[in-house]
Amino acid sequence: MTVRVQESDFDVGIELEFLRGKRSDIGAIASFVGLVRDSSATSNSDNLAVSNMTLEHYPGMTEKVLETIIEKAKARWSVIEALIIHRVGMLQVGEQIVFVAVTSQHRGDAFAACEFMMDYLKTEAPFWKKEQTEQGAHWVEAKATDEKARDRWK
Amino acid sequence: MIKVLYFARLKESLNYSTEEMALPSNIKTILQLKSYLAARGDTWANIFSGKQVVRAAINHALVDDTEIIKAGDEVAFFPPVTGG
Repeated sequence: MTVRVQESDFDVGIELEFLRGKRSDIGAIASFVGLVRDSSATSNSDNLAVSNMTLEHYPGMTEKVLETIIEKAKARWSVIEALIIHRVGMLQVGEQIVFVAVTSQHRGDAFAACEFMMDYLKTEAPFWKKEQTEQGAHWVEAKATDEKARDRWK
Repeated sequence: MIKVLYFARLKESLNYSTEEMALPSNIKTILQLKSYLAARGDTWANIFSGKQVVRAAINHALVDDTEIIKAGDEVAFFPPVTGG
């Protein structure tokens, strides 16, 4: 398993190539890329355009939680390899923020494990987003729908 | 002694990111530590008196308010997470 918390961007193609390696038993790769979104059109209450965001995390705990999430996925589905990359620091709207990828023999396990890992990451990994608008910055509020998404795996 | 860390909105409003603390002998749990911090008043009271959701971790693992704190532990307080 690979877990990385970094300021720099990542290349999805290179990461997937690396994840596959030389193995010939992989039949499926499922992956998810999260992007920095301007939430003003849909969800933030004051409708102010978001220009960028800053991500803070808890070094040490973050890596441990992400590794635990991969271990849980591996215990539950037939997962060959799994990768989580999460960026921190300042990110502009449109930039990649998170990458989760899973290899498996079959698509069912890969899809499920990938979604499971994202749902747990959203609710248990210690990251916090602060959005910057032209009228100042505010911390993003946690959403109950994210907890519901996680709880359906219990 | 224990180490206490604050993150995100808590760190910002308390203007405090970390402190070393001699744990008073009557404080055994996370909930008791929260009450102790709330008694510092002002912003501390706003954050730790129970009006806001404050999550806790001990030694990098998420815990409930009933979790027991031991000497040497690293305790962290933070708002609900918003990564991904």
